Amino acid sequence: MIRACPVADLPDGEAIRVVAPVPISVFHTEGAYFAMDDTCSHQDASLADGWVEGCFVECPLHAARFDLRTGVPTCLPAKNPLRTYPVVELDGVLYVDAPQQLDATG
Amino acid sequence: MRTIAVVGTSLAGLRSAQELRQQGFDGKLVLVGEEPHQPYDRPPLSKDFLLGKLDADDLALASAEDLAGLDAEWRLGTRAERLSGTTLTLSDETEIAADGVVVATGGTAKTLAGSGHLAGVHTLRTLDDAVALRRALAAGPSGVVVIGAGFIGAEVASACWALGHEVTVVEAAPVPLAGVLGAPLGAVCAGLHGHHGVRMLTGVGVAGLLGTSAVTGVRLADGTEIPAELVVVGVGVRPNTAWLTGSGIAVDDGVLADSGCVTRNPRVIAVGDVVRYQCPRRGRRVRAEHWTAATEQPAVAVRNLLAGSTVANYERPGYFWSDQYGRRIQFAGVGTGEARIVEGDPGERKFVATYTEGERVVGVLAMDSPKSFTRLRRAL
Repeated sequence: MIRACPVADLPDGEAIRVVAPVPISVFHTEGAYFAMDDTCSHQDASLADGWVEGCFVECPLHAARFDLRTGVPTCLPAKNPLRTYPVVELDGVLYVDAPQQLDATG
Repeated sequence: MRTIAVVGTSLAGLRSAQELRQQGFDGKLVLVGEEPHQPYDRPPLSKDFLLGKLDADDLALASAEDLAGLDAEWRLGTRAERLSGTTLTLSDETEIAADGVVVATGGTAKTLAGSGHLAGVHTLRTLDDAVALRRALAAGPSGVVVIGAGFIGAEVASACWALGHEVTVVEAAPVPLAGVLGAPLGAVCAGLHGHHGVRMLTGVGVAGLLGTSAVTGVRLADGTEIPAELVVVGVGVRPNTAWLTGSGIAVDDGVLADSGCVTRNPRVIAVGDVVRYQCPRRGRRVRAEHWTAATEQPAVAVRNLLAGSTVANYERPGYFWSDQYGRRIQFAGVGTGEARIVEGDPGERKFVATYTEGERVVGVLAMDSPKSFTRLRRAL
């Protein structure tokens, strides 16, 4: 598990980038928390800087959209899905259920 | 329509083909491309490709499966020579009797008159250009001069700097990028060169290139000579419209089209760098010359082509980005009116600026501030 931030630091509509072996973003939208790989699968941009609307985030660089529930892109230019992770709330702190170190498959 | 030909197989051409299929066109689709390569993404050519972080295979705009899914006839390495009505004549003398035509022929990098015979003089537009430039840089030229401090020139200068070359940028205008960003913010962006120790000379034109078979330097209008074994010319793009001579399609610095990217002939649409369309936001004809326009225009233009008349307009605000010296510049809308810093500090090379006309925000410029930029861009 990777510690993200206190619940209070992530109001609805916001996103935060979490330092992890592969950067992960935690999004708060539609009353729920979602965690997904932070780097757009198209080109180098941080999705935590993107535009969150419903259960989707739009990349700030080229406007690719990803479904936060599945990591699947819903439009070009992104073609490949991103990994999603469970988010756990414990004593007012959000955690991402992701390995703290890269495994052999990266 | 039974047969539609898309002329040009870069971003705007590929997106047009994809839109045609997505919007239900199930007839014969022919894609004609002068370059021999499958569609590839150009923006990385002046960035990570020059730096060797990406290779040609990384630039593919669509997978082999996606391309096969288009169920199209590909005529790569073939140029369109003439258009008569909606019938194309290709460089291999074959004809395509189409019912609809998408013009997506893009542009050609402008060169300096009288420099064509000199080795070591480059432009950067195509993958082949980028391969040649990357190879030339790897050979370790003593002295690189970049002519033109627009975005391509700036990115090339940045890449050369990152690769450890001694670079000089020469720009004829007193302030680079002033036409797009206005003088104050143009100066801020162009200031990245000097901040990184790259020499920039502004307000001075190029009188000519030195050398007999290979370039040895650049002579400026004021008589200064700058030694250089490698020169990159980044002075803009000329739209590829010569093949439309005699077609009846109106051409004036681009293919003239209405606000829905439809030409004088409703069976011929034009998209991407080649089209000069009537921009509803600016109230005049513009050529966008940016990646985003090439991705967005086809949905509108194809809809109009299939409808047989203009039923939709292309009215999204323009957007482009540029990566230089580790900084990301993003711009949307138009750089007219009053420019104001609304966040950050240009001196720190991290800021957001807006352009306002009256009370209305008409443009946004940001350096290394993607989150705020995105919010302001959405409000345009």
